[in-house]
Amino acid sequence: MTNRYAITALVENRPGVLNRVVSIFRRPGLNLDSLTVGRTDRPEVSRMTMVLEGTNADAQHVKRELNRLIHVITVEDMNGTPYVTRDLALIKVRATPETKSEILQMCGHYRARVVDAAESSIVIEVVGEEPEIEGLAGLLKPFGIIEMVRAGVVAMGRAENILDTHRERSSWALQRFALEKAS
Amino acid sequence: MELSGAEIVWECLIREGVDLVFGYPGGAILPTYDTLSSYPQIHHVLTRHEQGAAHMADGYARATGRVGVAMATSGPGATNLVTGLATAMLDSSPVVCITGQVPTSVIGHNAFQEADITGVTLPITKHNYLVTSVEELAFSIREAFYIARSGRPGPVLIDLPKDVQTARTEFHYPTDEIRLPGYQPVPTAPEEKINRARTLIRSAERPVILAGRGVLLSGAVAELREFAERTETPVGLTLLGKGCFPEDHPLCLGMMGMHGTGEANHTVQEADLLLAFGMRFDDRVTGNLATYAPKARKIHIDIDPSEIDKNVEVEVGIAGDLRQTLTDLLAGLEPIEHGDWIKRITRWRDESEERELLNQVLTSPQLKAAEVVHDLWTLTGGNAITVTDVGQHQMWVAQYYAHSPEHALITSGGMGTMGFGLPGGIGAAMGRPGDEVWVVVGDGGFQMTLAELATAVQEQVKVNIALINNGYLGMVRQWQELFYEKRYNATPMVSPDFCALAAAYGIPAVRVSERSQIEAAVRRAQDHTAGPFLIEFVVEQHDVVFPMVPAGSDLHDMIRRPINGPGREKEIQS
Repeated sequence: MTNRYAITALVENRPGVLNRVVSIFRRPGLNLDSLTVGRTDRPEVSRMTMVLEGTNADAQHVKRELNRLIHVITVEDMNGTPYVTRDLALIKVRATPETKSEILQMCGHYRARVVDAAESSIVIEVVGEEPEIEGLAGLLKPFGIIEMVRAGVVAMGRAENILDTHRERSSWALQRFALEKAS
Repeated sequence: MELSGAEIVWECLIREGVDLVFGYPGGAILPTYDTLSSYPQIHHVLTRHEQGAAHMADGYARATGRVGVAMATSGPGATNLVTGLATAMLDSSPVVCITGQVPTSVIGHNAFQEADITGVTLPITKHNYLVTSVEELAFSIREAFYIARSGRPGPVLIDLPKDVQTARTEFHYPTDEIRLPGYQPVPTAPEEKINRARTLIRSAERPVILAGRGVLLSGAVAELREFAERTETPVGLTLLGKGCFPEDHPLCLGMMGMHGTGEANHTVQEADLLLAFGMRFDDRVTGNLATYAPKARKIHIDIDPSEIDKNVEVEVGIAGDLRQTLTDLLAGLEPIEHGDWIKRITRWRDESEERELLNQVLTSPQLKAAEVVHDLWTLTGGNAITVTDVGQHQMWVAQYYAHSPEHALITSGGMGTMGFGLPGGIGAAMGRPGDEVWVVVGDGGFQMTLAELATAVQEQVKVNIALINNGYLGMVRQWQELFYEKRYNATPMVSPDFCALAAAYGIPAVRVSERSQIEAAVRRAQDHTAGPFLIEFVVEQHDVVFPMVPAGSDLHDMIRRPINGPGREKEIQS
């Protein structure tokens, strides 16, 4: 039975890490539905959120293999713990003077906002969980979606479900190397 | 002190305790080779192919427990290491490979002899490095050795662009503690899991230990024996676990799996508790997973947490050092007896004895590979390092040579790399120059890497080569006989006159085709102390390795050697 699994990982911010991570998905032919990478509050550490469409066995396999990577610091499978997710989409939709107000009304329901308006189209920004974004996109479809882009899902555990528990430990070489470069 | 990247390489290798490097020079690694003569502490072995260098480093590592080092140039030099790296990876062997790379300014431009070797080797190394500045170099080398040898060992590749080798920097060898926040080489086993394991052990009536190479790597040989004896638990061995438990011990079941003993496989299938110690439930060990050990609860101890629940789901999975975990388990474990269970196993063992080739009256006069290996075992007193290639002869060595911790089997188990034997054996012999080394190879695999004979001669390496020649790719032929209706496509093999070939290399050689000739030939090889010696054993062409669990079949569904008669009956027994 396939399901959606949100897997988050803290990784060292170094060249080649992304390649190592996505190779874990490529090897058994798993599809990454969404992948986001960004810096954390510490420049040497990046955080990834991966969304996998697959079986529980697939998710466990990915977790096991990610943990083997030297530059992956921690891995968590969000399913089973309370967590929040957000995605962001920009949707460029056809808008005529007749349809514009109807579109804006729909945007209101989704707390979406217009970030660009042209003669025959507008660009809408929507932030929310994936179903919300897909919901709005569905409603806008009849008006004519010209193009759409999504930032990808980011996830964080609620309350004391903390991924970044290794704050005091950073890589010896990065630290030493940085010191030598500075001196 | 300001040094070039090339000099830093050797300085770092020396500080990591390296005195032997197997390699092959070329354009992009030339700056490093250029400074080699300034470091007489390092002996460089010129191989005849980079694959040979990787296998030699691997064989050296397996024989000594130290990190083996191979060096090659960029492009084809580096890609020729790939098979060797994959071999070391699947068998957890600590190897560091250093490759030259085109200058950083042209990486990605398809420069002459450029290959993206860190990309290529990403899934077949424990870790790899592309060093882009000379300042990083010492850190990367130190980290590479640390990663290769710590925790579950494995190969690490360092790719070194030519301009990084020539650039100069102030050299300090870092000595501070290596902290890699994402790498915990030895996880600590939680006490409550050890307690749960102990409870399962106490309540088991039909336990069996599955002992793998982890026993040897963690140095848990004595603890394993103590555990087995105190709890009267039989021990089955994996191919790479051979040597971790005395094979003449009454509790030893021999090897498990596809070509394992009948008693080992039946014991596993009938057991109510599996104790998997430092092994990874490879498909060659388990057969069909759906019917594997169906009545057993399972305890799995391995240093690599990713092995727990990977192939077989277990009741208690303990990630930790095996020796420490066994010590903890043994504390508070009182002696347990399993007399009835042992009696049942004895009946399976008796049946194996009855079917045993060496106990049968043979109608065919032709020499059997099993006889060769058995006699080699008795003539060496079991005190030789045996290094094999891959195929039928490999299984016969596993079945007919009893190994010990000091003389464990060296073989490509996980990858099954044909061509490993000769270079692997040269590496092992160079790592343990005082030991008797026998390289057992088939006529197929030997011809994949026999160019390394010249390396053995140039280095005057004392290796004895036992070539088992049956004129076929024997294991493939066996599968064709049993599962492909005897369509022997592409398996008959014409070979050169191996003794004449050896002579061309200046290697003394002798051909043996009768059992009575074996002893004299082996003694001649043993007496020949200057460099390699080759014995070609011309053996029965259509022999089959028994027992055999067909790939994907249930572990108890073994094809057994028939008792005193032609034809091969298939026997299914619960």
